[in-house]
Amino acid sequence: MLSKLLSKQVVNQGLRLTTRTLSTASQQKLVDRKPDVKYQKLFINNEFVDALGGSTYEIINPTTGDVITEVADASEKDIDRAVKAAKDAFRLGSEWRRMDPAGRGALLYRLADLIERDRAYLAALETLNNGKPFKDSYNIDIPHCISVLRYYAGWPDKMNGKVLPLGGDFFSYTRREPIGVVGQIIPWNFPMILLCWKIGPSVATGCTSIIKLDEHTPLTGLYTAKLIEEAGFPPVRILLLKRKTSSQIEKSIFLQGVINIVAGDGPHCGASLVKHPDVHKIAFTGSTQVGKIIGVECAKQVKRTTLELGGKSPNIVFADCDLDLAVEMSHFALFFNQGQCCCAGSRTYVDEKIYDEFVQRSVERTKRRKVGDPFDDSTEQGPQISHEQMDKILDLIESGRRNGAKLLTGGERHGDKGFFVQPTLFADVQDNHRIAREEIFGPVMQVLKFKSIEEVVERANDSDYGLAASIFTKDLDKAIVVSNALRAGSVWVNTYDNFDPVAPFGGFKQSGLGREKSEYSLDSYSETKCVTMKISERNS
Amino acid sequence: MLSKLVSRQVINQGLRLANRTASTVAQQKIVGDRNPDIKHRRLFINNEFVDAYSKNVFEVLNPSTGDVLTEVADASDRDVDLAVKAAKDAFRLGSEWRRMDPAARGALLNKLADLIERDRAYLAALETLNNGKPFQDSYNVDIPHCVAVLRYYAGWPDKMNGKVLPVGGDFFSYTRREPIGVVGQIIPWNFPMILLCWKIGPSVAAGCTSIIKLDEHTPLTGLYTAELIKEAGFPPGVINILSGDGPHCGASLVKHPDVHKIAFTGSTQVGKIIGAETAKLVKRTTLELGGKSPNIVFADCDLDTAVEMSHFALFFNQGQCCCAGSRTYVQEGIYDEFVQRSVERAKRRKVGDPFDDTTEQGPQISHEQMDKILDLIDSGKRAGAKLQIGGQRAGDKGFFVQPTVFSDVNDNHRIAREEIFGPVMQILKFKTVDEVIERANDSDYGLAASVFSKDLDKAIVVSNGLRAGSVWVNTYDNFDPVAPFGGFKQSGLGREKSEYSLDSYTETKCVTIKISERNS
Repeated sequence: MLSKLLSKQVVNQGLRLTTRTLSTASQQKLVDRKPDVKYQKLFINNEFVDALGGSTYEIINPTTGDVITEVADASEKDIDRAVKAAKDAFRLGSEWRRMDPAGRGALLYRLADLIERDRAYLAALETLNNGKPFKDSYNIDIPHCISVLRYYAGWPDKMNGKVLPLGGDFFSYTRREPIGVVGQIIPWNFPMILLCWKIGPSVATGCTSIIKLDEHTPLTGLYTAKLIEEAGFPPVRILLLKRKTSSQIEKSIFLQGVINIVAGDGPHCGASLVKHPDVHKIAFTGSTQVGKIIGVECAKQVKRTTLELGGKSPNIVFADCDLDLAVEMSHFALFFNQGQCCCAGSRTYVDEKIYDEFVQRSVERTKRRKVGDPFDDSTEQGPQISHEQMDKILDLIESGRRNGAKLLTGGERHGDKGFFVQPTLFADVQDNHRIAREEIFGPVMQVLKFKSIEEVVERANDSDYGLAASIFTKDLDKAIVVSNALRAGSVWVNTYDNFDPVAPFGGFKQSGLGREKSEYSLDSYSETKCVTMKISERNS
Repeated sequence: MLSKLVSRQVINQGLRLANRTASTVAQQKIVGDRNPDIKHRRLFINNEFVDAYSKNVFEVLNPSTGDVLTEVADASDRDVDLAVKAAKDAFRLGSEWRRMDPAARGALLNKLADLIERDRAYLAALETLNNGKPFQDSYNVDIPHCVAVLRYYAGWPDKMNGKVLPVGGDFFSYTRREPIGVVGQIIPWNFPMILLCWKIGPSVAAGCTSIIKLDEHTPLTGLYTAELIKEAGFPPGVINILSGDGPHCGASLVKHPDVHKIAFTGSTQVGKIIGAETAKLVKRTTLELGGKSPNIVFADCDLDTAVEMSHFALFFNQGQCCCAGSRTYVQEGIYDEFVQRSVERAKRRKVGDPFDDTTEQGPQISHEQMDKILDLIDSGKRAGAKLQIGGQRAGDKGFFVQPTVFSDVNDNHRIAREEIFGPVMQILKFKTVDEVIERANDSDYGLAASVFSKDLDKAIVVSNGLRAGSVWVNTYDNFDPVAPFGGFKQSGLGREKSEYSLDSYTETKCVTIKISERNS
């Protein structure tokens, strides 16, 4: 009971949905198990178009393995079209370039309103396509999208340049200008959230973009394209068009080309976006393996690149922690979203003094984890995204067994339909086991034992990854000293997965390049220009 | 015709209403309701409308007619006490307001902007009825600007970072930007809604609670906004709104020991009294006071723009702008032509019923202000400045003053040194850059200034040489919420609007923690 109560607190505390900022986002659920799939085509220049050549591919429901629908399959030629649209929208003197900064903010705010309006539909579609529990889609993913967009809505008119105190008779200032045309590649684990993480800063800074949705999960993104079109009626346009007919006003789409959204695979669609000479920046969220390929490709054109990649994040549980909280939060840190989080707390280091109790209670908690139909109200865990992912996870579980880690629960596929994996817990894991070094991206928890602070800090940092980390302790000094010693972009103390839009997110080391969310993200979407003018006489 | 076209551009360019940011706030001509229903006449304390403790009321006049519009509750020190108590309660540690997410404060400001936008026509009509400014201005300038300001501040609460400090030794140190607490805010009568929103924006963004005193001449739109504040969902006590006079209501707010900061917009004379009073309690104070802003027109300017913009700089809002361009320095090569064209423009200025679609200038706010303006005009005549046009009261009903232009004004004339706050333009002649900078800066004021020139070097060097908080080049009265506004010298203390304003509503707290081992 306590644990159940805690569990709800954990999610509230951890995810920080900031639903309080939503005007209507109550916790009510209107579950539509079969949301109508309305958009299957590419969104280029504010029009839904077939792929050139007309090819499509199948979208699978991970809960059943059945085909949901077919979606246009973007190829290199479609990328060319989308880049051209984005480039046109970015030309000097275009309405997008001439728009007031606050106008860009108003658009983001409007888009957030529309997502909020269609929250139940988007949540159902996300669950259908991704398999995550509907109550998560509805109470976490979609509200978070709204918060993120509203956060960025406030930025455009606050991104100051500076006036510089140069010596000599000069007047000098900096401007923060948009990088230009950006290519953004979205993964399948949080299709809507990561879409909004990309839209927010690119619109705030004034870039235009081509967004490639993951081939597994394009449905909510394509629907959002429709909302982008709907949001795109800033009054300046209406003012300018006063002389034209009202039907022209309705047809005039202000955002034409500013955001283009395509569905397609990585090797063809993604690669041609990355290589396109008119794309000035790539923002990629996905695996470290693919991130390195993209980084090399971008380097050839000195293309700006931000990468949010994989992780093997240490979660350090000290003996002086609140054990109820630590057990529940560590469970959440790993199992949330079917374990498909780049920042999953996938190396749980537990102080030897509480190790046995922690393991026992974690196993109990894991055994209680409800796996099944994601539209069921009581489901905590849905399917993995694909058969391939499921197989990869099962293979890593197998390696854990073979290496001698102690499998205490789970370890098998769950059922025979869809791509479900049992909640799995390994104890007595060693640092050199594959399951302690490689990203599993599934519901598989590794518990490791430690003795001293110095030891655990060293072991925690002994990884090519550096995305996130966490600490559970009540001790002030330990909390600060260990937090500051860990080599990771996000460190959470007595909490996990705090994703407030205000906080930066991104990796040290091979977990990525650059930061998303927060003020820091704006740097990745802007170029700094310094203008210096000779004047006749400078005074202080 | 050209001048008419320029005129519209001038207002668009000058005021920068940023109404493009409001979802429906487009500029348009609509007919204002001449008799808007007055819905609120009582004090707004703790989200309730209440009578003054004394039950006293005062009369609110229509400056277009001099007739009484209505009676409004007259707040005294007892009411200030109640309002301060409400604000203090709302600010207690652990209160709903203190515990609210930063982003939720932003959402409240956005909601208030939505409601003001919804009631734009009504608020504009009420503002015109009470203040006398042309309805076309209330509707297309004042109210859209309010919406833009609130939306601007809506984005700030979750972006006001503290810092983590690279202290030496084994310490961990960070700063937090905490709200100052209970703030008293005093609003003038020239832009009742706009300056109300300038005060609400940063105080709410920073997380303060406030007691707002509306000017006794113009409380009507502010009291209606109180209802919108309640409708938007602000917790009780966060914003309290009082109507009352300066010597009693304002003074007790300024002196109240539980008020941590005073933000005042008004005259320099009253600002100094307030500053002296708040200094006794080391109370934080921001002051937006008077001005005598120089507008410098170089011979190499675009003359059409300069004439129209200089006219706008002075005559906008019946000349009742603290930043009015009230010393128009014109270079000798174009002086005669500038004067002639400025007189022609002033002659065309349409004075009259502010609800009339074609009216450019309504009444002054009060008989007292009208008399003061006429007295200064008289001093100008006596001192030997050349009265080119105007100089009299317009009509015999209400508080109208003719658009007035003086040429050949000398720097030592009263009309070149004192704030007139009316439709009276002073044109002065200058020869050189160095001379005009020196003369322009020779004032106790330093609120605004402007330069008209096409020359790159002159524009920058003169802008940087002027001692004023806002310098506009080839434009005037650009009030984008993003830009700071406030005075050098005796024109004020602190800045409003922009990121700078947030500093005036926050205290910086530095927390330093001893730790066992610091590493880079």
